[in-house]
Amino acid sequence: MQDLSVVTSWIHSLLTGYMPEWAAVTIECVVIGVALLLLYSLLALFYILFERKICAYFQCRLGPNRVGFWGLLQSVADMFKILIKELISLNHIDKFLFALAPYLVIIASMLAFANLPWGNGLQIIDFNVGIFFLLAVSSIGVLGILLAGWSSNNKYTLIGAMRSGAQMISYELSMGLCVITIVVLAGTMNINEICLAQEHLWFIFSGHIPAWIAFIIFMIAGTAETNRGPFDLPEAESELTAGYHTEYSGIHFGFFYLAEYLNLFIVSGVAALLFFGGWMPLHIPGFDAFNHVMDFIPSVIWFFGKAIALSFVIIWFKWTFPRLRIDQLLTLEWKYLLPINLVNLVLMVLVVTYSLYL
Amino acid sequence: MALVALLTGVALVAAALLIAKLISPRSFNPAKGEPYECGIPTRGESMAQFKVGYYLFAILFLMFDVETVFLYPWAVRVHELGTQGLTAIAVFFGIIVLGLVYAWRKGALEWK
Repeated sequence: MQDLSVVTSWIHSLLTGYMPEWAAVTIECVVIGVALLLLYSLLALFYILFERKICAYFQCRLGPNRVGFWGLLQSVADMFKILIKELISLNHIDKFLFALAPYLVIIASMLAFANLPWGNGLQIIDFNVGIFFLLAVSSIGVLGILLAGWSSNNKYTLIGAMRSGAQMISYELSMGLCVITIVVLAGTMNINEICLAQEHLWFIFSGHIPAWIAFIIFMIAGTAETNRGPFDLPEAESELTAGYHTEYSGIHFGFFYLAEYLNLFIVSGVAALLFFGGWMPLHIPGFDAFNHVMDFIPSVIWFFGKAIALSFVIIWFKWTFPRLRIDQLLTLEWKYLLPINLVNLVLMVLVVTYSLYL
Repeated sequence: MALVALLTGVALVAAALLIAKLISPRSFNPAKGEPYECGIPTRGESMAQFKVGYYLFAILFLMFDVETVFLYPWAVRVHELGTQGLTAIAVFFGIIVLGLVYAWRKGALEWK
């Protein structure tokens, strides 16, 4: 497996050869920022097309196929279209909070996005409480949604925001407990070390049944956290027009749209990290030849492959299950997932304490 | 590096808004500024008091989330702590479960 940190340290030494340390660091920061921005927007464009195509195939349609080959340029065209739409100025809104909400939503997803392990030695934010930091910053998003709903001064947005807030904070609890379950198994919160701990076997296989239960709960909680699939009642279009972003127009609405798709990627990326080894190739103990062949596939491809496959599962949920009611949603979380999760944590602790893991 | 990501997020929103402000059309119409409620004039205050059930779940969340945050430092060290750590955390864990049972029995988890 090629370690990509060689490349980054080579770039650093090359730059420091020509200029003082601070200038080199500044240039690197700018390059990282631009790369993050490009990756963020390209992934969002890709995901919009990906979802529309899959949704079309589920319904026996073709989906977008006019703009570019196989509709590949459709979401680029959509981006330009949304940029040239008018930003309607409204009369009764709280102007400051209304403008602040998209910033919070985008910043939350961008910070969480920067935490993901892209490849071996290729990580933007990497420190000892990484996964905890990721959970903390991704929960800022709910503030943006509540502000958007409240400041719009519209009943639909208020109901949408309240539903979304209740749903996101409830399911965050499940997500946090699933992460704790895996932290117990990994013995570290550093994202890169979590990947490295799965070198012999991915956690979903080495953690026995507790890891499987945690994975299933994580996928349910992740779907709810991104306001998708059967849990899309904050923006239930047949009841609430568009939910919390009803009053936003043009690119203002685009930000919420962007963050929604990026959150889908982040959730599946975190699931890939916790249960399927992040960028770690599939290794089976004892099959050395097989492990060696797997190492030839670059780690970046492994990470994106797993994340996109898990996103496909989340999109699949959307076209399989009917939408839940708010009371069913809260009952599912507080009366089923939370108790199961607590029991599951105890099981995992027993597995770890008595060294029963593989 | 977290700061870089933060600034990138701000830059993305600010730049896209600037571009949109420069190239998007402007037109004024008093009806456009009204709240969008499917064509019906809005009635009463929209920033109104809201169903208390949502806030109840927010309080429950606050309680449980703080408790799960306390579990993190222990979770990292489970390997080393062994059986002794297990018994110590069992007390804390029992309190969490008691809290959940109490909320359940009080009917705080019912949606009315």
